[in-house]
Amino acid sequence: MRAFTPVFRRAMSSHDDRESSAVSIPTDTLDVSFLPEPFARWFAARGWRPRAHQLELLAKAQAGRSVLLIAPTGGGKTLAGFLPTLVELCERNLSPRAGRGRPLPDLFGKRPGEGASEIDRGPSPGSAFHASPPSPRKRGEGRRSGGLHTLYISPLKALAVDIARNLETPVAEMGLPIRLETRTGDTPASKRQRQRRDPPDILLTTPEQLALLLASADAPYLFGSLRRVVLDELHSLVTSKRGDLLSLGLARLHTLAPGLTTVGLSATVAHPDELRRFLVPQPIDGEAMSDLVVGASGAAPDVSMLDTAQYLPWAGHSARHALAEMYDLIRKHKTTLIFVNTRSQAEFLFREFWRINDDNLAIALHHGSLDVAQRRRVEEAMTRGKLRAVVCTSSLDLGVDWGDVDLVINVGAPKGSSRLMQRIGRANHRLDEPSKAVLVPANRFEVLECRAAIEAVAENTQDTPPLRTNLGLARDWHINAQAVQGRPVGALDVLAQHILGRACAAPFFADDVYVEVRAAAPYAGLLRADFDAALDFVATGGYALKAYERFAKIRQTKDGRWRITHPRIAQRYRLNVGTIVEADMLKVRLVRSRRSGQHVPRGGRVLGEVEEYFIEGLTPGDTFVFAGEILKYETLVENEVYVSRSTATDPKVPAYEGGKFPLSTYLAARVRAILADPRHWRALPAQVREWLEIQEWRSLLPPAGDLLVETFPRAAKHYLVCYPFEGRLAHQTLGMLLTRRMERAGLKPLGFVANEYALAVWCVADVQLRVARGEVSLASLFGEDMLGDDLEEWLAESALMKRTFRTCAIIAGLIERRFPGEEKTRRQLTISTDLVYDVLRKHQPDHLLLRAARADAATGLLDIKRLGEMLSRVRGRIIHKALDHVSPLSVPVLLEIGREMVYGEASDALLAEAADELIKEAMR
Amino acid sequence: MRTAINSAHSRASGNPGEASTVAPGSPPEPVLGQREAQTRARGRADEVVVADVALTADAAGALYWPQEGLLIVADLHLEKGSSFAQRGVLLPPYDTAATLARLAQLVARYVPRCVIALGDSFHDGGGPARLGDADREQLRLLQKQRDWIWITGNHDPEPAANIGGTFGGALAIGALTFRHIPSGETGEVAGHLHPVARIAHRGRAVSRRCFAASDRCLVMPAFGAYAGGLNVRDAAFADVFGTLAFTAHMLGDARVHAFAARHCISD
Repeated sequence: MRAFTPVFRRAMSSHDDRESSAVSIPTDTLDVSFLPEPFARWFAARGWRPRAHQLELLAKAQAGRSVLLIAPTGGGKTLAGFLPTLVELCERNLSPRAGRGRPLPDLFGKRPGEGASEIDRGPSPGSAFHASPPSPRKRGEGRRSGGLHTLYISPLKALAVDIARNLETPVAEMGLPIRLETRTGDTPASKRQRQRRDPPDILLTTPEQLALLLASADAPYLFGSLRRVVLDELHSLVTSKRGDLLSLGLARLHTLAPGLTTVGLSATVAHPDELRRFLVPQPIDGEAMSDLVVGASGAAPDVSMLDTAQYLPWAGHSARHALAEMYDLIRKHKTTLIFVNTRSQAEFLFREFWRINDDNLAIALHHGSLDVAQRRRVEEAMTRGKLRAVVCTSSLDLGVDWGDVDLVINVGAPKGSSRLMQRIGRANHRLDEPSKAVLVPANRFEVLECRAAIEAVAENTQDTPPLRTNLGLARDWHINAQAVQGRPVGALDVLAQHILGRACAAPFFADDVYVEVRAAAPYAGLLRADFDAALDFVATGGYALKAYERFAKIRQTKDGRWRITHPRIAQRYRLNVGTIVEADMLKVRLVRSRRSGQHVPRGGRVLGEVEEYFIEGLTPGDTFVFAGEILKYETLVENEVYVSRSTATDPKVPAYEGGKFPLSTYLAARVRAILADPRHWRALPAQVREWLEIQEWRSLLPPAGDLLVETFPRAAKHYLVCYPFEGRLAHQTLGMLLTRRMERAGLKPLGFVANEYALAVWCVADVQLRVARGEVSLASLFGEDMLGDDLEEWLAESALMKRTFRTCAIIAGLIERRFPGEEKTRRQLTISTDLVYDVLRKHQPDHLLLRAARADAATGLLDIKRLGEMLSRVRGRIIHKALDHVSPLSVPVLLEIGREMVYGEASDALLAEAADELIKEAMR
Repeated sequence: MRTAINSAHSRASGNPGEASTVAPGSPPEPVLGQREAQTRARGRADEVVVADVALTADAAGALYWPQEGLLIVADLHLEKGSSFAQRGVLLPPYDTAATLARLAQLVARYVPRCVIALGDSFHDGGGPARLGDADREQLRLLQKQRDWIWITGNHDPEPAANIGGTFGGALAIGALTFRHIPSGETGEVAGHLHPVARIAHRGRAVSRRCFAASDRCLVMPAFGAYAGGLNVRDAAFADVFGTLAFTAHMLGDARVHAFAARHCISD
C-alpha cells in the first residue's frame, strides 16, 4: 500500500492511538453507520476511525447547515471540510438510477462524461463571452450531470494544489467517481476554458480566481449547481481586504445558488462569532450565524524560555548572544523550525548559524523575498526530512504539512499569543503529543513579552485581532457614513472592484446589487449613500466635478441597468482583479562589481526581490544583507537591482522592511501587568529582575493602566520618554504628532525614536523645567485632539499615507497594476499616485479613495486606531517623573537611535540640511 | 526609527508674516507693487545667471526675468487628467485647476508684463477643447493686461483656438532663446525633459523637481500638477549640457536648494 499523504495522515487516528481518542470522545458521536459503504469499508480496511468533530460536522452539513469548524493544527480539519461533499457525491452516484447492486468498482470505474452524449456540453469555446449564459444542465438525473458541486478556497495557491493532490489518493482508493481540479494563476488558459464549459465536481482555488470566475458571463451556469463552499484557513483570510472581496463573492454565490451552504475551517480565534457571521448571508435586519463545531484541543504545548547563560542585551533583535545555545538545541533535535519576525533577522541568523556550523548540519533559509524556485527546493527538502533546521519568517506560518518537526524556536518577540500558538503548532502535527517550543528573547523587553506570551499560551488565551470595525475617532475623520459602531466595515475600494466585476459579468440593477452586497457580513451595515458613491466612482470616477460622463466605464441603459461601455473594460478588470497589492518589487540580480568608470555587466543570477522603496533609500555603494550574503548596491537597471558580492563586515544599511507585526494589544496589556507587579518578577531571569528593581528605585514602574512619562537632560539635550506599549507603528505616528505639538509649544524638538514599547523625543528646550513651571501641560501634549488638525496636516505630506492611497487606488481600479515585462514603458507612462493624492486631497477631500485610504491608515501602517485608544485610556492617568539622568527603562529605546533606517517624512528638512552641509564643506 | 523634525512644522504652525513660509496651494496673495513683490519673493528663490542674464528661479518651479518682467513656466500639461480619462483611467479632473491656481499665485507675486508657457502646455492636441468652463475663465483672467505666449511643444504642436495668447515655435529676447526642446545652445531656456534631481543624505534619498542650469543654458522643471520627471543623471541631460558641469536647483517646500549635478545620484 502506498504511503498516505499528509492531509490524511494528520486527519485520522490510527489503531495505535485509538484508545486515547476514544477516551476523550463520547461514543455516541462515533456512530459511523451513516457513512456510505465505501467510506466505512475504506476506514475499516485501514483500521481508522473518523474523529468526533469530523462526524459532527458531517451531520450538520447533511442537515443543510453551514458550519464553522475550529480545531487546532493536526486536528484533521481538511478532511472534515471535504467529508460531507465526498459523501454526497458518493451517494449521488449510489442513487437507484445509477444502478443499485452492481459491484462498486464497476460503477465507479468509468470516468465522468464518458459515453454521456446526451449531456448538454455547455457553450462552445467561442461563446464564452456570450451575454446570456447557457441554461444549466438538469440536476439529479442519476448520471453525472450535477455540474460544480463544491468550491474549495484557500489563501495560498500552493495549499490548494497540495490539498487537491492529497484528496486524489483516497478518492481513487474508494473508487469514487469524483473529478477534482485546481484553478490558480498557473492553470493554462485551455484548461480554464474547459473548466468553465465542463466544470469538475470539486474545484480548488483562491479568492482572486473566484472573483474572476464571477466576473464572467458563465458565472450563473458555472455556479448554478453549487452546493457547498469550503473556506480553508478562514481566520487568516477574513482580517484583510481579501476577506472583504471573498465575502462579496460569497454573497454573489448565495444568489446564484440559493441552496448553498458553507464550511469554514479555522484555527482557534478570539472571536469565533465574527467568522460564523462571515459564512452565512446576513438578513436585512439582525444578523445570522453559522453553526459551530469545536474540535478537541490537543495536548498542551511544552513552551519554555531559553534561560541563557549569556549577558542579555539591552536592545537589538539579533539574538546573537544565544546563537551557540540555539545551535545546541538544533543538534539535539531531529528537525527544528526557527521562526523570526523579519526577513533581515532571518538573513542574519542564517548567516551566523553557518559561521558556527562545525557539524555541517543541513540548515536552510526561507522567507517571502527569496526566489520562488529556491523556496520550493527548501520546502521539498523539508518534506523529505533532509533538513535539520529552517530559519524562516511568517512565510511558513500557514500552509502544508511539514513532516517531522520536533522543535520550534521562536526568536525575538512573539507579538501575540495566537500567532505564537500557530507557530508552535507547526511542531509535531500529531494532536496527542505535546508540541515543544523554546522562546528566545533578543533583549530585555522581549523577555517580558515572552513571559507574558508563555502565560497566555498556558491559559490558552487567543488574541487574534477583531475584524476591522467602525472607528470611534474624531468626527472629521469620518471614514464611512455608517452609524453602527463596532461592526465590521468592508473596504470601499474593494466594493468598487466588486461592482465593476458585476458589470463585467452581466448588466445589473443597482438596487439588486445593493441588497446582495449587504448579505456579506462586512457590508451588512453599508449605507445606500456609500454604495452609490462606490457605483459613481466605478462609472465616472466619483468626482464632484462631473467632467467624465463621456468617458464612463459603466453606464445605465434605457431599462436602468448598469453595463460596461466597452469589452475592453472587462479585459482590464480581469488583469487587475484582487486586493493584494505588493509594494513594487524589484528583482535583485547578482553581477560582478563594477570597476571605476566601467558599466555594470548585465545578466547574472536572480537572488529574489526587494521592495522598491527600500532601494529608493539606498545610494550606490551601500551594502545590505540579502539571501544570506552581504551585497553591494551597484545600480538600478529598469526594474532590476544590480548587486555584487561585498566583503564589508558591517553592512551599512542594517534592515529592510518585511513582516513586521505589531505587538498585540492583549500581550501589551499583559506586559504592563507584569511590569506593574513585582510578584510577577520571580519568573524572570535575574538580569531582568535587577534591571526592573533599579528602575523602581530610580524612577518608577507604571501601574498597568497609566502612562509613565520621564524627562531628563543628557548631553546638552532634553529628553522626554514615554511607555505606551502599543507597538512601533502606533508609536511612530505618536512621535510624528507629538513633535508637532511640542514644536508649537516652543519646546524645539529635534528628533524622535520609537520601538515596540516606548517613544523617546529629544529637544532643545528644557521640557522638565517648562512642565515644572506649568508652562507646558503633559496632559494637553498627549491630548486626544492630536488626532484632529495635527493628524490632518501630517497626513498631507506623509509618505506612508501616500503609499496607503496608492494601494487603494489600485484595488479600486483607478490606476492599473504593473505587469512583468511592461515595467519599462509603464514606469514612463504611469502617473505618480503621489501627485494624484496631492491634487485630490486639496480638491475633494471626501472622495471615496481618500476615505478608503484613511480607513486603511487607521489600522495599517499608521495604526491610528490603536493610538486613539491609548490616548483615551491614559487621559488623566499620565505620571510624570522628572529625573536627573537616563532611567534604566529608557535605555533600550535610546539605543535604537542611529540603528534603524527611516523613510521619508522629513524630506524637505533633509534637503535643506544636505544643502547647508555642502555649503559648509565648500567654505571650509 | 529616528526622524528629524520636518521644517514644515513651522509652516503648519504658521508665521503668516514671513514670505518664506508661503506654501504652494495657499490662497493667492493680494497684488503688490512690482518692487515689493520682488522683495517678498526673495528667500524662496535662487538667482541663476544664464548667458550673463540674471534670472530668478522660484521654488514654485517658474523662472522670472526681472529686467523684462517676464515669467516663464514649462510643461504645464493641462488636461492630462482628462487625457488619461479618455483612455479609461479616470484620474481626478482637478489637475488643470491645480496647475492654474499655482500659476495664479506666481502671477500675483511677480505681476509679470508677459508670461511664456514653454511648450507641452496641454497634454494632447484635444486638451484646449476639453478645457472646463471655470478653468478657461481662470486662464482668461491670467492673460488679462499682459502678453501671453504659447510656445508649441511635442504634445501640442498646433496652435489652438479659444485659449488666448499668441503662438510660436521659439522666441528670442535679448541674449536668451525660449523653445520647448533643448538643444544646448548658448542662451537657451527650454523645457521638455522634466528634470528631477535626487540627493542622498543620512542613508536616505530625496527626489525633487529642479531647474537644470549651466552658465550657458537652462532646462525648466515641469510645472503641471500631474507631470512626471526624468533624473538629471539621465543621458538626455548629458546631451544638452555636454558634461556634468551643471547645477540642479531643487524645488524645496519653501526655497530652492542648489546641488552640483555630480552630487546628484541616479535612480
